[in-house]
Amino acid sequence: MLEKATPLVELQHIKLAFGGIHAVDDVSIDLYPGEVVGIVGHNGAGKSCLIKVLSGAYQRDEGKILIEGKEATINNPRDAKAYGIETIYQTLAVADNVDAAANLFLGRELKTGWGTLDDVAMEAETRKIMGRLNPNFERFKTPVVALSGGQRQSVAIARAIYFNARILIMDEPTAALGPQETQQVGELIRQLKADGIGIFLISHDIHDVFDLSDRVAVMKNGRMVGTARTEDVTKDEVLGMIILGKCPPAAVPGPGAIVDA
Amino acid sequence: MFRGFIARAGIIGILVVSVAVLSVLSPHFLTVNNLTNILLQVAITTIIGVGMTFVILTGGIDLSVGAIVALAIVVMAVVHKALAPMEFGVFQWPIVIGLPMLLALLTGTLTGLVNGVMVARARVPAFIMTLGMMSMARGGAYIVSDNQTISVFPDGLTFLGDGRVGGIPMLIIASLVIVAFAAWVLGRTIFGRYVYALGGNRVALRLSGVNAARVEMSVYAISGLACGIASIALLGRLNVAQPVAGFGYELDAIAAVIIGGTSIFGGEGKVANTLLGALLVGIIRNGLNLLNVSPNVQLLAIGSIIVAAVFLDKLRDSARA
Repeated sequence: MLEKATPLVELQHIKLAFGGIHAVDDVSIDLYPGEVVGIVGHNGAGKSCLIKVLSGAYQRDEGKILIEGKEATINNPRDAKAYGIETIYQTLAVADNVDAAANLFLGRELKTGWGTLDDVAMEAETRKIMGRLNPNFERFKTPVVALSGGQRQSVAIARAIYFNARILIMDEPTAALGPQETQQVGELIRQLKADGIGIFLISHDIHDVFDLSDRVAVMKNGRMVGTARTEDVTKDEVLGMIILGKCPPAAVPGPGAIVDA
Repeated sequence: MFRGFIARAGIIGILVVSVAVLSVLSPHFLTVNNLTNILLQVAITTIIGVGMTFVILTGGIDLSVGAIVALAIVVMAVVHKALAPMEFGVFQWPIVIGLPMLLALLTGTLTGLVNGVMVARARVPAFIMTLGMMSMARGGAYIVSDNQTISVFPDGLTFLGDGRVGGIPMLIIASLVIVAFAAWVLGRTIFGRYVYALGGNRVALRLSGVNAARVEMSVYAISGLACGIASIALLGRLNVAQPVAGFGYELDAIAAVIIGGTSIFGGEGKVANTLLGALLVGIIRNGLNLLNVSPNVQLLAIGSIIVAAVFLDKLRDSARA
């Protein structure tokens, strides 16, 4: 089924270097609608850098990005948003000093007929979407600094899906959360998947990745070790890919794989 | 918002106490003349403080405001004196009065914009950039005026500083209008929202697709524009333009903003409270004058107040974290 469709996103031969360091070296990866692709690897393996190229936060040195088969120009976060690419960052990129509605609409504020901020409409929309995502959320008028990690994360997720994201990048979405909140985020990912949204899930936590992903892609030292359907590989095999760069038979090896180790 | 309320209640309390104490200590304090005088001085601090509030809300600082006032005031005076003897027929007023005022506003705005570009684009720390600009603009003011004091201007040029509308000094009306307008911009417009967000989390703002550098540049230009307006007011009030004008104004403006409860770390504060902060600084200065406290001790006092206000702000921040 996946083979027939055009991939939602294709990253082809992406390279990104800082000074002499190759943070991302010749990495290719794709993502289909309604699919969750987990990207795993050690700290500094290049996962976050790769994904920041797609979200427009970094500019790639080489390589192509295709969205639905067409080459896309992504030079900054605004370009990425125009393609329906939304990112939920590890560091919870919210403005702490303003409230949930202000964060949800940051950069895309609703305006009154006079061109001024329409806080009433923004709060109403925020209540609507938060009611769906996190019915317990009630602190609409407080600066988000006063909210819990999970509440802040739900604000960030609400922001992404409110604007009809087709491609969602989640960079360690559960790193700052407790177990119950992590479970909530998991539910949410399944819900978004059912809506046909493609998700890149970046995580340290291999259990999360196995629970939620259809495919897993492993990076090591800025290179792609390989990708595999989660059902075809074991956790131990994936750990072998992460630690040793060794590609099991069921996986498609990438340029970073150690052949016949 | 709670913080704003406490700040406001706190300052109003201190204001009331100061007024009461000074009324007892000096018979000259509670006179119409003296109070008007305070309000006029406060009006200029307020106007500069409004611009400063924008800058500090983004987490920046503008040390060059006093020097920008001096540069703008001498540009205005020199251009006016050069044009005044000439005949322009029906355009006499716009050219001789209007053009110098416009140039004062432009000088302020452009100087502020230079600060903004260097801070936002070249990433020179705001403290260093505006410290350098403090020296550059002051030097420019000496050069433009050729070290001369320029005095005696026609009514049109001095109207903002010493005119009255319905018996109320124009300057007081103007400063209130400016505060109200700034409060509207910060509270109701998208730009205002970005100013707060920039002070809260610059990266979040940028990742939201907002041109954060442009917002940052704008706040310094606004601060410069406020200095331009203040220079017109000062020229009218004193009927004199000199290159030493505005000396030390940055201190009062920053004090007004910080005492008004705006966080020096950015992201929190209200421009209306800057007005209260300016009022408190003005009353303290005036009181010290009436009590014959030497200007040297006044400097000491204002400096200590700024440090104390920032220290309290820091305490409040760590208490919350």
